[in-house]
Amino acid sequence: MGILDSKVPSGPLADKWTKHKNDINLVNPANKRNIDIIVVGTGLAGGAAAATLAELGYNVKTFCYQDSPRRAHSIAAQGGINAAKNYQGDGDSNYRLFYDTIKGGDYRSREANVYRLAEVSGNIIDQCVAQGVPFAREYGGLLDNRSFGGVLVSRTFYAKGQTGQQLLLGAYSAMNRQINRGKIKSYTRHEMMDLVLVDGKARGIIARDLVSGEIERHSAHAVVLATGGYGNVFFLSTNAMGSNVMAAWRAHRKGAFFANPCYTQIHPTCIPVSGEHQSKLTLMSESLRNDGRIWVPKKMEDAVAIREGKLKPTQIAEEDRDYYLERRYPAFGNLVPRDVASRAAKERCDAGFGVNKTGEAVFLDFASAIKRYGKEKALTSGIKDPDEATIIKLGEEVVEAKYGNLFQMYEKIVDEDPYKTPMKIYPAVHYTMGGLWVDYNLQTTIPGCYAAGEANFSDHGANRLGASALMQGLADGYFVLPYTIGDYLSKDIRTGKIPTDSKEFEEAEKQVRDRMAKLMGGTGIHSVDYYHKKLGKIMWNKCGMARNAKGLEEAIKEIAELRKDFWQNVKVTGTIESKNQELEKAGRVADFLELGELFAKDALHRNESCGGHFREEYQTEEGEALRDDENFKYVAAWEYVGEPKDAKLHKEDLVYENIELKTRSYK
Amino acid sequence: MKLHLKIWRQKDASSAGKIVDYTLDGVEGDMSFLEMLDILNEELVSKGEEPVEFDHDCREGICGTCSLQINGEPHGPDRLVTTCQLHMRKFNDGDTIVIEPFRAKAFPVIKDLIVDRSAFDRIQQAGGYISVNTSGNTVDANAIPINKHAADEAMDAATCIGCGACVAACKNASAMLFTSAKVSQFALLPQGQIEAVERVQNMVRQMDLEGFGNCTNTGACEVECPKGISLTNIARMNREYLSASLKG
Repeated sequence: MGILDSKVPSGPLADKWTKHKNDINLVNPANKRNIDIIVVGTGLAGGAAAATLAELGYNVKTFCYQDSPRRAHSIAAQGGINAAKNYQGDGDSNYRLFYDTIKGGDYRSREANVYRLAEVSGNIIDQCVAQGVPFAREYGGLLDNRSFGGVLVSRTFYAKGQTGQQLLLGAYSAMNRQINRGKIKSYTRHEMMDLVLVDGKARGIIARDLVSGEIERHSAHAVVLATGGYGNVFFLSTNAMGSNVMAAWRAHRKGAFFANPCYTQIHPTCIPVSGEHQSKLTLMSESLRNDGRIWVPKKMEDAVAIREGKLKPTQIAEEDRDYYLERRYPAFGNLVPRDVASRAAKERCDAGFGVNKTGEAVFLDFASAIKRYGKEKALTSGIKDPDEATIIKLGEEVVEAKYGNLFQMYEKIVDEDPYKTPMKIYPAVHYTMGGLWVDYNLQTTIPGCYAAGEANFSDHGANRLGASALMQGLADGYFVLPYTIGDYLSKDIRTGKIPTDSKEFEEAEKQVRDRMAKLMGGTGIHSVDYYHKKLGKIMWNKCGMARNAKGLEEAIKEIAELRKDFWQNVKVTGTIESKNQELEKAGRVADFLELGELFAKDALHRNESCGGHFREEYQTEEGEALRDDENFKYVAAWEYVGEPKDAKLHKEDLVYENIELKTRSYK
Repeated sequence: MKLHLKIWRQKDASSAGKIVDYTLDGVEGDMSFLEMLDILNEELVSKGEEPVEFDHDCREGICGTCSLQINGEPHGPDRLVTTCQLHMRKFNDGDTIVIEPFRAKAFPVIKDLIVDRSAFDRIQQAGGYISVNTSGNTVDANAIPINKHAADEAMDAATCIGCGACVAACKNASAMLFTSAKVSQFALLPQGQIEAVERVQNMVRQMDLEGFGNCTNTGACEVECPKGISLTNIARMNREYLSASLKG
């Protein structure tokens, strides 16, 4: 312990970032032309960073496994992006956004980072509008806002239900401008296989061209990892099929500490699992909780009848419904934070009130919103004494304008019309707050290796608030990294091009080749997916929404055994020297099999409940999370020393100078 | 259900491809089309055969990675969905399904059902952006009021996911719907006016260079587009192009 220096600048909270920007070293424009930067991942964080760094004059190489930078999984974010603009005049401010984020994260994030995030949030919206991002607007032409979970103001900017897509296309367009200028070289269908260190500094990567299978060496003066989260360790999640932890895990194995792996966000509103064949889960945006009310039947016999298909939800009288979030959390109601909403759904389903075949679903009901909007619309349209059918028709039109694409998505998957019958939803793995440990400059414990966006651990503590992932990705990429990386690179102006024929590159390449050969050399009993699904089941059952010491101990053992089995018996078809999706999957699952073990170890060591990490042994009588600030008010950063279960713990104590630690309450 | 699949198999870009027959049993209506292919692949792998490679990622219809020409239609028989959102309940027991890659000269096959759509990226790189620096030193977002209808229409154009279905649907393999969606987004917004002339000229030039065909207004692209991008965008791009030509 002791080597974790978060490098938070001194001075008052609100002045830290400005002061830091004034204090750090700059690289002059002529020297920037001689400096190379590699950015791995082209989502909001990576795309924004690459575009900005190139614009500043650095030579940037970007890498993504997708066939185009535009397809990174940021694109799937639906609901919106937060910014403390206070356009609604409802009392929002940088401080309030900062406070909400710290509280939402259950007091497990770093004050200075979160304040900086709030501080630059407004700039993000300005920037995106200048880029032509078509945010939703009011009739007067100004920007519209909506509300998200865990806050009491409307600070969320949105572009229908496709906010992530529009922001990503904005960053992609900024990248395209630099590609056109020759300042970014974009490598698509390329996967980072390892990080290369020279004299202890990150100086490049080994990549695989996924089309030809060729192994390539790429050097740079600094490497930015913006490779997203590791939710796919659960197999079933809302992540894209290709989302993986490989880049972050390779860096971890080379010396980057991995922080708080057990902090995982289980999103409350996803379409429930329909069967064993399921390959991924689909999110229904949190924005739906603005208007949808969540409930299960009050009476057990009604729940059973619904499960057996003998009763329809619309036949259940109002007084026989249990709007459990409104009942338990009157102040925030359906808009409690995600971790709270997810656990409450699990609690009802575990108690036997689930409403689908498997008993793992609750209702999200728009009937009252449809009526409310219908009446309002009838009034503003001058219709006198409208009948019920007119009200519902008008109301449905309003709801369609707000959430049409989400309703359509639901209807296509489930084959039920959510305008006529409530949606069925259940929590699913969505986002990982944990990630590579970074200091205030977003640098990992490897000099020259930076982590941005979901790939780092920095801003969301133990639980992320809705519409804050987009904010953090773009803040890191557009506004933080471009400054802080310059400070580091200012020492590299005389270094010159990093050669790729050094023994370090040679060795890294050899390791990559050996590992692939080993993957291809299994006895060939089970497919890669077989192992991934098995791992996912262990994770979901023992490291999911509720955890306990016994289950976690079992998980550690079971994952280690599964990993051993994998390396001996996995079957990978095809060859190394060609396009081979099985081999791609195998490499990713191999790393998930290590991460999963560290995840369980981290969850086991944290003897408290906080945010997304809920330990059954640590809860209040009412079933709320019970934090232990005395013993666990720290970031757990793990150092790789061999087997994940042997990882060495380093602690970064979290200091709260501007916020008083309280028990989180949304009642 | 039991299905008869006729799938295009091609080792790599330089090899010839052919249709191969497979029979798959135990398919359920709740499965997505890609989950059906997952099961086929699981069977192939267990037999030691190479699985059918296809592009896919988000599996919720937004990333634009999945493609597939299913029974002659891009993204299959359902409307306003991508292949990953297509469910097997749209098919019947005993059906024969022909699965091919998107066909266009500008989209060469990489392997099996995977095609190279990087031509789309190059069209965007030619001008699909507004040249503002990303430093954040710009005007306040609300300093540029935008008419709600214009903003909504720009948003409708901007929802293009770049999947390439429009090209695959078009008998001329034209990329006009794709290119015009981006041109329209910026043409409808005040931020896009400054570079309007160069943008449309550069993007159209690149589109032609990539070997896409011309538009003959058959409208197949609009029908097959999973995001419902309107043909009006093509008309708008033509207008933009003409006016740009006149301005020089």
